[in-house]
Amino acid sequence: MMLYLQLFWEFFKTGLFSIGGGMATLPFLYDMADKTGWFTRAQLADMIAVSESTPGPIGVNMATYVGFLTGGVPGAVTATVGLIAPSVIVILIVAAFLQAFRDSKYVAGAFYGLRPASTALITAAGLVVVRETFWLTGGVLFWQGTVLAAVLLVLTRWVKQTKNWHPIVFIGLSALVGVVFRFAGA
Amino acid sequence: MAKRLWELFYTFAKVGVMTFGGGYAMLPILQREVVENKGWATEEELADWFAIGQCTPGVIAVNTATFAGRKVLGNIGGVVATLGVVFPSLIIISLLAGVITTFAEVAWVKNAFAGIRVCVCVLIFNAVVKLWKKSVVDKKTLALYAVILLASLLTDLSPVIFVLFAAVSGIVLQVALKKGGEAE
Repeated sequence: MMLYLQLFWEFFKTGLFSIGGGMATLPFLYDMADKTGWFTRAQLADMIAVSESTPGPIGVNMATYVGFLTGGVPGAVTATVGLIAPSVIVILIVAAFLQAFRDSKYVAGAFYGLRPASTALITAAGLVVVRETFWLTGGVLFWQGTVLAAVLLVLTRWVKQTKNWHPIVFIGLSALVGVVFRFAGA
Repeated sequence: MAKRLWELFYTFAKVGVMTFGGGYAMLPILQREVVENKGWATEEELADWFAIGQCTPGVIAVNTATFAGRKVLGNIGGVVATLGVVFPSLIIISLLAGVITTFAEVAWVKNAFAGIRVCVCVLIFNAVVKLWKKSVVDKKTLALYAVILLASLLTDLSPVIFVLFAAVSGIVLQVALKKGGEAE
């Protein structure tokens, strides 16, 4: 019972303080991995991949995944309900006062500060994923992975024909490259 | 009432299944289901909800669903639409997580995930670039970005603290300081 209350509370906090889409939940999930030991950072990277390549909003998928690993199906439901509860409460309030919300300079000011903060927090979480992916134990650079990352960057950002492809395509390609070149053994 | 609640739940469950990726992927599907098929909202209302959903706490898709549900059937509608949009995730991810945990130690699965992790880094990088363009708009926001990035890398404080600090800083920079400027 304690575990479910804790799950609910952790995801309630995540839902309340993550602003700007699914990736914004990432810093909170890293914090959770460090503090609770419910899952490892490596598992978290896998969860991001699964959440990106399955139907449903990424943030919700990640909450369900973490909840399932921690407490089975009841855990999945608890974490997801925890994540969405603050959204529902905040939006129902905002909707009731929509005009005042839109015109408030305090609200505008808060978001002026919140937007770069959210970007900074996602950057920090991303840097942790990068370090854990490309620096192997012993301080060796994972050069095969670095080559793949360079190719993916070019395909997702600069090649006109491929840059609007759905992320699932790139995730699939990367999985294939990983299997063919035995990335886990690198 | 029960029939309309079910319709709301079912429609948003459909939106949930068809949303692949982030909340941004959801907009065209919402346009088709909520505006064109059901006539529950106008194009402009949807754009407003989406804009507010992006800057209020939580997952964008959930925020937009709550807005839409409330418009159709009041507060209870907001709750039901939200439950609808997360329902498919609960089923699909619970099934998949079990399967993946079982096969996590198989060699080719490990190799596949090692490759996928590289891709996740690139996807996060792209998400950051997209957000950067909308959030770091002047020197003050650049400074906030740098301070919070460094602080979160160098300390193990909870992100909650940084979020609260940023909201207060934003209000101070935009409201309090500007007022002072006008008084001069």
